[in-house]
Amino acid sequence: MTSAKRKIAKKSPPPVKKAARFRPKIAVWKFSSCDGCQLSLLDCEEELLDVVGAIEIGYFLEATRAVIAGPYDVSLVEGSVTTPHDIERLKKIRAQSKIVVAIGACATSGGIQALKNFADVEEYTRAVYAHPEYIHTLKTSTPVADHIQVDFELRGCPINKWQLVEVINALINGRAPNVPHYSQCVECKRAGTVCVMVSRGIPCLGPVTHAGCGNLCPASDRGCYGCFGPMETPNTESLSKQLSKVGMDRRSIRDFYRSYNANAEAFRKAGEG
Amino acid sequence: MTAKIKNTKAAKPVAKKAAVKGTRVIKVDELSRVEGEGALTVRVKDGEIQEIKFRIFEPPRFFEAFLRGRSYAEAPDITARICGICPVAYLMGAEQAMEQALGIRITKPIRDLRRILYCGEWIESHVLHAAMLHAPDFLGLDDILQLAAKNREVVEKALKLKKLGNDILEVIGGGRAIHPVNTRVGGFYKIPDKKALKALIDPLKWGIEASVEITKLFGTFDFPDYEYDYHSVSLHNPDEYAIVEGRIVSNRGIDIPVGEFFDHFYEEHVEHSNALHGRTVKDKKPYLVGPNARYNNNYKQLTKLAKSVAKDVGLGPVCNNPYQSILVRMIETLYACEEALRLIQDYEEPDRPFIEAEVKASEGAGCTEAPRGICVHRYKIDNRGLILYANIVPPTAQNCPQIERDLLGVVRENLGMDDESLKLRCEQTIRNYDPCISCSAHFLKLTMIRE
Repeated sequence: MTSAKRKIAKKSPPPVKKAARFRPKIAVWKFSSCDGCQLSLLDCEEELLDVVGAIEIGYFLEATRAVIAGPYDVSLVEGSVTTPHDIERLKKIRAQSKIVVAIGACATSGGIQALKNFADVEEYTRAVYAHPEYIHTLKTSTPVADHIQVDFELRGCPINKWQLVEVINALINGRAPNVPHYSQCVECKRAGTVCVMVSRGIPCLGPVTHAGCGNLCPASDRGCYGCFGPMETPNTESLSKQLSKVGMDRRSIRDFYRSYNANAEAFRKAGEG
Repeated sequence: MTAKIKNTKAAKPVAKKAAVKGTRVIKVDELSRVEGEGALTVRVKDGEIQEIKFRIFEPPRFFEAFLRGRSYAEAPDITARICGICPVAYLMGAEQAMEQALGIRITKPIRDLRRILYCGEWIESHVLHAAMLHAPDFLGLDDILQLAAKNREVVEKALKLKKLGNDILEVIGGGRAIHPVNTRVGGFYKIPDKKALKALIDPLKWGIEASVEITKLFGTFDFPDYEYDYHSVSLHNPDEYAIVEGRIVSNRGIDIPVGEFFDHFYEEHVEHSNALHGRTVKDKKPYLVGPNARYNNNYKQLTKLAKSVAKDVGLGPVCNNPYQSILVRMIETLYACEEALRLIQDYEEPDRPFIEAEVKASEGAGCTEAPRGICVHRYKIDNRGLILYANIVPPTAQNCPQIERDLLGVVRENLGMDDESLKLRCEQTIRNYDPCISCSAHFLKLTMIRE
């Protein structure tokens, strides 16, 4: 599978520049996605004018028709790769960007549309289009890091806007972003949220899911459904046993892993059972 | 607030001769300030328009194909990922369809919570579009940042109003505005905190004032002089300005339950677009959905204040100037603030967060008024609750033929403009529709032509 060759920088992204009043030039690029992650930037309502005061927007089609030519200090890339043309575009983006940050589940794992990776795409196209011959699409939906070197990945479906502000802030100030890699369970414990799976038998992906959403689902009396994808070294085998104990059948467990991060390696393997 | 901002780039007419002879091609390769990826080509030869194509090249995501085999309970969250700007439209359309299939009747307090949540989405989405994406067109600016440099106060006010919409979504939706986590088939996972809801009362009172001010400011814009006799299609509910539920009606006599949508409207697959184009079955013509269609069909049900502000900015009971959709969006924002305030003031907590029912083989349809217009869902499920068939019709796909029709009319009337001005006017014409290209292209389905 493609993810075996994921190109993610081992170290923290290099500082953009340490000078005090330097405004990095930022570009926002979109691939196959729902636009929700780039919308997170516009959703920083109270901070927006301050954030854009600290940066220079070079390219951000959803917000402006003004375009400043590259090279760019930082490129934020939303969406997954689903067409041959996407790969060419990504290479051009990499060539003119000092730092590439993949934002959201689509850009970091292939997104919900990666469910087609498990199916027959030609059948999909025939099922939904009257004229399949008009449609040009790859058989898979893949993350950015399968195609170009990525300096930092920000998880989530959608991303947490505070984490996005933290990443931009860290890059401006030349430090590593403070984005924890532990599991959703840790977020629950820290917030004092009672475990929904232990106390009420509600299926929950929290033990294997990357933290970052802000402890949303368990605090709303539902199990985590894995928007932020797998944490580092998740024990999915153990969780699958627990999910079975609380009453899920094999198909439901498979589908539980196969959603917004279905193509992330750990979830893909867990789904194959 | 005073109207200090004026359009700095008025369209320059070109010499008549130049406009008439030879071939002109107006191309916008990457349309900005819309959600998703779209492009436009207009070809004019010897003063005659040869071709107008509004292309959607957002790649397909096959939602309706991969929903097959998934549990009915997953449809709301999965379809929400069609659009990050209007996830509530998908959550609720899918929830309604499944509730109809399973015979679930929700209680009044749950219904009220849904309407408040939806008001939040209207406020957030309408202000995003009207202030941040559309207003710059009327001022000859590239974006809201240039507007902020001229009038920071109005931009801050608009951003605060947009945030109010997101705050409502966060309080009811379980902590996040994009892809809220707290809604489900039958209601909500958890009853929202009453105190947090009541805390929205004062901000909503402010929101009403702010909406009035911004509407009046936008009312000072110069609107291009263009009208079209639209076939307006929207929901209608005898008891209220329809948002979450109602019958599908039109100003040309359509009045049907949601489930009959597919008997009256169809979608065709055209070569230049990854979105299917919606047309009426009866005469195969374009139709209009969205704020202006709702306003035209349901004007009488707006509040007294909303009607009076509409009158102040020059709107009558019918608005057929597509450029004035920016005003209608703001009137609907005002209405949504008033309506959310009323519902929150009267709010009584439901006795339980959701209603459940036995799973059975069945089918159902749902439709709500997404900010951009009616969004229709239809599903068939088997006796295990697994989806056998899914069909979702987003508003932008329905509007595509009407967008092309408007472009034809606008280009025809403005052939005297120079290329750059005409290009801007065309972009503005498309932005009138607040097109959600991500949504429209992600819907790929069988074309149903009924002869």
